[in-house]
Amino acid sequence: MDRISEILGRMGGVNLLPVALAAVAFILIGAPSSWATLTVAGLAMGMMVFLMASGLSLVFGLMDVLNFGHSAFVSFGAFIAATVLAGLSTWLAADSVALNSAALVMAFLAAILFGLVAGWFFETVIIRPVYKDHLRQILITMGAMIVAEQTILAFWGGTPFTVLRPHFLEGSWIIGDVSIEIYRGFAFLLGLAVFVGLYLVMNRTRIGLLVRAGVENREMVEALGFRVDRLFIAVFMLGSGLAALGGAMWAGYETLITPALGSELMIIVFIVVIIGGLGSIEGTLLGAILVGLMSNYLGFLAPKMALASNMILMVAILLWRPNGLKPAV
Amino acid sequence: MMNQTQTTGALTIKLIVLAIGALLLFAPFLFQDVRSLEVAARICIFIVLVASYDLLIGYTGIVSFAHTMFFGFGAYGAAILLKGMGPGWIPVILGALAGVGVSLVFAIAIGLLSLRVKAIFFAMITLAAASVVLVLVSQMSGLTGGEDGITYKAPDLFKPATKLLTDDEGKVVRLWDVRLNGKLAAYYFVFATSLILFLLMLRFTTSPLGTVLKAIRENEQRAEAIGYRVVAYRTFVFCLSATMASLAGTIYAVWLKYTGPDTALSFAIMIDILLMVVIGGMGTMWGAVIGAVLLVLAQYYLRDLMGAASEAMAGIPVLPNLLAADRWLFWLGIIFILLVYFFPKGIAGTAMDKGAAK
Repeated sequence: MDRISEILGRMGGVNLLPVALAAVAFILIGAPSSWATLTVAGLAMGMMVFLMASGLSLVFGLMDVLNFGHSAFVSFGAFIAATVLAGLSTWLAADSVALNSAALVMAFLAAILFGLVAGWFFETVIIRPVYKDHLRQILITMGAMIVAEQTILAFWGGTPFTVLRPHFLEGSWIIGDVSIEIYRGFAFLLGLAVFVGLYLVMNRTRIGLLVRAGVENREMVEALGFRVDRLFIAVFMLGSGLAALGGAMWAGYETLITPALGSELMIIVFIVVIIGGLGSIEGTLLGAILVGLMSNYLGFLAPKMALASNMILMVAILLWRPNGLKPAV
Repeated sequence: MMNQTQTTGALTIKLIVLAIGALLLFAPFLFQDVRSLEVAARICIFIVLVASYDLLIGYTGIVSFAHTMFFGFGAYGAAILLKGMGPGWIPVILGALAGVGVSLVFAIAIGLLSLRVKAIFFAMITLAAASVVLVLVSQMSGLTGGEDGITYKAPDLFKPATKLLTDDEGKVVRLWDVRLNGKLAAYYFVFATSLILFLLMLRFTTSPLGTVLKAIRENEQRAEAIGYRVVAYRTFVFCLSATMASLAGTIYAVWLKYTGPDTALSFAIMIDILLMVVIGGMGTMWGAVIGAVLLVLAQYYLRDLMGAASEAMAGIPVLPNLLAADRWLFWLGIIFILLVYFFPKGIAGTAMDKGAAK
């Protein structure tokens, strides 16, 4: 028994979980082509959820701040990106990949910019006065979420909003008898790029070193003379920007968005953060991919179970590892 | 913490609550239209619901987002049995018991799973659990009626056609112009059960157990060090508040004669409860009464006012949208945030600290 766990540990330990999940699903689903499609869909969803969840996880790890209003950034990102895309519809309609992608980049940049600014505002105005008081933090961020959701309703109305997609991301690649939606592939690649970027920043730069040290022991880093509170604003803004980007990508993925989008995704984001272990980027990625795969496989195998499945996954993992799969500390 | 029991502010708050109780007691005679009676019954039920939430958030300091889930269990328990067994008292009682049973199972499971890990997980896990239950309920349409909910008949005593007292000609007796019919009986059923549940909870907070809870809220480590098992106490309170919420749900189901995701389970109700408990004042029980009254009144009457304001503002960009009747939550949200900043004790808590102790 010990030898088995040692071998598993050397091969990657908990990182093997998504692989194991995919293998089990392969047996249950039977058809390789649908399995491949579902796996890509799961990975794409996982990557988008990872974008939304990574900021939340880091913010909690670094400053012990749990932001229930995080979903507001996701919804705002989605709606701002959709509005920019609608405003640039002539660029999107043009028969040139350059103009198409320019419109897409503009939309994503607008969302990220909004996320950064809103994150700064949120941190300094809303959260700063209630550091270290979990009860009031939860209440205040919840209140902020209500206000944000109502603001979206006031500006964009309650009717579903159609999101335009650039032409070159429509349709699907067909490899053999496997069809992969191009947008999903794109979402996966973009998410992966962000993860690699984040990973490098966290593990190869001085700022990343400080953030990781701060997650582990904030008082010590402060005692050594670093301004963790300033660092925290930066992390918070980055997290909000990423959440807005995730929302923007989600908008393109769903193509029809409603103001309830943020609060619906919030549940998944929470589950991901809890599964992954608060405060770690790798854990969040692992949790996001597990949740993405699980909900796509089960959405195919037993559609009614899809949302409950995430809950069951979370309960199982918490019973096994009460602090999540890869806690930072 | 100041001793709140002897300040003049505390006296005022208690007098106000007493006045509210009196108004609710005579509500059918004072406000003789259907809508007012609806408002009064809703206030009664929400007082119980908010007070039971206050037991949790105000007396232990943990935030749960699953309170509507328990409310829903109670409501659906009564609804499913009333639909299946026909109107009568047995399905109501059985439904209440079933609701409480299911609530207890969930409460114990969630409590043991998350309260021992980290208190902050608790908020997230309850939120996730509540949303999963909401989705399951709307999908299991065979049992729960899905999105449409269940319509059923209440016990015969509560039918509007039932005559409680008849005069010589066989007509319903009128007392101060109010017909003594089943509707009145239904209202007093709601009022009496709510009053009993509220008094039970009030008694609980002054019991030795309630004192231990206050100790845990004020200083968890110290309470643990003295020898109280914090996890056990928290799980117990979570179960107690779940039971109360479930019973409130049953009462609501009997009163409304309809149970659906929107009336019994939706996240909007959870937000209402949160607003009520924070605006009223956490950890006082009296605050629950004040918060519930203010919020329910705002729900029913503020919307009309805002609709009028929105029309008056027509022509100015965005403002009419923000003042539209459906945007009342926007303003309440802002009030909520400001209250948490400046008056974290809410109306009741702040007022009760005022006035010198005798």
